[in-house]
Amino acid sequence: MKLSLPSLAAAAMLAAGLLTAPLAATAQGVKPTPEGIVVYNAQHASLTKAWAEAFSKETGIKVTLRNGSDTELGNQIVQEGAASPADVFLTENSPAMALVDTAGLFAPLDAATLSEVPANFRPVHGRWIGIAARSTVFVYNKSKLTPAQLPKSMLDLATPAWKGRWAASPSGADFQAIVSALLELKGEAATAAWLKAMKENATPYKGNGTVLKAVNAGQIEGGVIYHYYYYGDQAKTGENSSNTQLHYFRNQDPGAFVSISGGGVLASSKHQPEAQAFVKWVAGKGGQEILKNGDAYEYAVGTGAQSNPRLVPLAELQAPKVEPSKLNSKKVTDLMTQAGLL
Amino acid sequence: MSALPLDAGADAALKPAVAVRLPLPAAGRGGWGLSWVGSAALVVSALALLPLGFVVWVGIQTGWATASALIFRPRVGELLINTALLVALTVPLCAVLAIALAWLTERSDLPGARTWAWLLVAPLAVPAFVHSYAWMTVAPGLHGLPAGVMVSLIAYFPFLYLPVAAALRRLDPGMEDSAASLGLGPWAVFFRVVLPQLRLAVCGGSLLVGLHLLAEYGLYVMIRFDTFTTAIVDQFQSTYNGPAANMLSGVLVVCCFALLGLESAARGKERYARVGTGAARMPFKRRLGRFSALCLLLLPALLTVLALGVPLFTLARWLLAGGAAVWRFGEMGPALLQTLGLAAAGALLTTLAAVPMAWLSIRSPGRLQRVLEACNYMVGSLPGVVVALALVTVTVRMPIYQTAITVLLAYLLMFLPRALISLRAGIAQAPVELEQAARSLGRTPAQALWAITLRLAAPSAAAGAALVGLGITNELTATLMLAPNGTRTLATSFWAYSSEIDYAAAAPYALIMVLLSLPMTWLLYQQSKRTAGR
Repeated sequence: MKLSLPSLAAAAMLAAGLLTAPLAATAQGVKPTPEGIVVYNAQHASLTKAWAEAFSKETGIKVTLRNGSDTELGNQIVQEGAASPADVFLTENSPAMALVDTAGLFAPLDAATLSEVPANFRPVHGRWIGIAARSTVFVYNKSKLTPAQLPKSMLDLATPAWKGRWAASPSGADFQAIVSALLELKGEAATAAWLKAMKENATPYKGNGTVLKAVNAGQIEGGVIYHYYYYGDQAKTGENSSNTQLHYFRNQDPGAFVSISGGGVLASSKHQPEAQAFVKWVAGKGGQEILKNGDAYEYAVGTGAQSNPRLVPLAELQAPKVEPSKLNSKKVTDLMTQAGLL
Repeated sequence: MSALPLDAGADAALKPAVAVRLPLPAAGRGGWGLSWVGSAALVVSALALLPLGFVVWVGIQTGWATASALIFRPRVGELLINTALLVALTVPLCAVLAIALAWLTERSDLPGARTWAWLLVAPLAVPAFVHSYAWMTVAPGLHGLPAGVMVSLIAYFPFLYLPVAAALRRLDPGMEDSAASLGLGPWAVFFRVVLPQLRLAVCGGSLLVGLHLLAEYGLYVMIRFDTFTTAIVDQFQSTYNGPAANMLSGVLVVCCFALLGLESAARGKERYARVGTGAARMPFKRRLGRFSALCLLLLPALLTVLALGVPLFTLARWLLAGGAAVWRFGEMGPALLQTLGLAAAGALLTTLAAVPMAWLSIRSPGRLQRVLEACNYMVGSLPGVVVALALVTVTVRMPIYQTAITVLLAYLLMFLPRALISLRAGIAQAPVELEQAARSLGRTPAQALWAITLRLAAPSAAAGAALVGLGITNELTATLMLAPNGTRTLATSFWAYSSEIDYAAAAPYALIMVLLSLPMTWLLYQQSKRTAGR
């Protein structure tokens, strides 16, 4: 009999999962403890709140959230080490997951949890899992730019022609994830050069929503953000997006990067079964349905799960292939600090 | 976010009282009582040195090569220019505005002067970040230095107006009369006699405004103006307590000390107390004449529109637009309770911590005591982000990490001067003889302190506690960084919603903060009138 490497790995993970959390195989049967679990949440507060409330309702397990940004909470977990109060870590992007994983702080996920998500939305090692995805876009003001004037590649934004014409939120984890993909795809020298040009060309805002608002108000022609800010605003009143349009770079461009939001269980958690159950629930049907039907507008990544029909299907985005576990947040903040963006 | 005591005028007014050497209570010297109070004061002062000690320690840990690479870079230069310009433009503008307004409300027959005086203080009830939230709604394109200066001016001028108005009220008009009788015109009298006497109030108020400018986070994030504080939080959000954040924090501490030094140099050593017997008479109110009164009314009216009208109008607008949906009582109830709980506990703790030093500074002043007391004020001048960054790193592996204790400790350090100043004034007014009488009747020093002095000082202790509570209610930066898991205060809830550009959902939180702050602002206003004795 010939065993392939992935199936061996899966078997090993299954064994590890069974060893560390024997109860978790029947996730919903976990007996809730009065203190519940602590989730360090870098996802949008409202989305995780919806997840946590539905999960608590279904299982009786109490969820306490600590909200923050990806790399802030990731670095915080690393600092806290084995004493971390966190049981579960959820992010908007992969680099912070890679950071915690590199520090060896994640417990292997149960095989049943891993099977909730197809292999392209989770790292091979199985210590964390994709829970949602978001696409990089170039949002532009319709009255300031015509489709013909749009940049063909995100790299074009570094050219002098784009000086003073585009915006981003460099202090945010989202943009830093995009830079980490650029670093992974094009290497350090090219990334450093692009960031240096960005310091010259781009107007920094705080938060993608603010970028969208500024583009909509015509303060600036366009901006690099994620897709769902636009859809979320459209679904509400459209007051911050009605003059804007999204441009997808496609063609495996670094600007077509699809970022995977991650979920993982901390090895130091004293509530392994509950924590495993929560991650499984978020990646599973319950959590993914909330992505599809709620007002988050992020892509669902679960096996067979559907995203909101208003979104451009993930399969059409021609995203570049990036291994999420290799994204390096430390290098990115260092490069951005050097470029004077932080 | 605030640092020093709000009422710099009261501070200045108190100085002579401290300088008077009170006879030491015989039993206090070297007795159990003093050593108990002394060691408590020592502990609090040591605690107050913690953030500064941390900055120095982390600087040494980082090493010169890394530290200099992180400090001497263009970005830090940009931030330094931004911050310096902000302070250099805002503080003088604030001072001119405050002096003009104080003169109008105190020394002229401006119609409705009393009402204007209160309306000019009332903007303090609106947290600084709510000011910029309002301006972002009214004029979304506002950004950069001009916007920073304008919104800061609107948010912080009461800090200068209060002490200047109090000082003006207190001046002896006799000096002005003499100057006039010697042939000086009204303008010359103002510039050569009145203005120099306002020096302490202007210096103190300017320092207070300057320190707020250095420490403020929310205001500048919203209007896209980068200062050291916003850059430190950016770094914190990217790297938690990485070396770049700590080095920026070190530079910020140097900036604070530069301001403190500047202020003490500008204070001068002149005598300001009046000489002569009897009481000073009430100053005359200058007649403005109908036309100029009408013109001059425009100034306070315009400022009231900008500093009160704009925030209140914006809140009303968002509340109307949001309708019933934004009143999420399920979230707001806990946020309100947690805020009140933190404010009450923080106020109590801070006031208790201030008792030993306040008592020593009145009953047993000395060189060591002065140095220790200075530590207490120094920590209050440090921005919340610096204190929080230090506490995060120090406590991360300790059991008090992410508990209410840590965040209360941060509040204690940040707001200690507010409690200290008020308490010191109260203790100074409690006659030492009563304490001695209690001792002679067999009370221990601690009992005497508790039963006599602290009872008499209770009203000022309460005022100080209220100021601390006000600071905590509107505190954002340190709370964001240190709050226990699951804790959401009014300020952090407001911040979470406004960061998601959900301005309507943020509005109820802002409204509650304003309503909570109003009574304390009123108290402050009353207190400033009382220090003037009128």
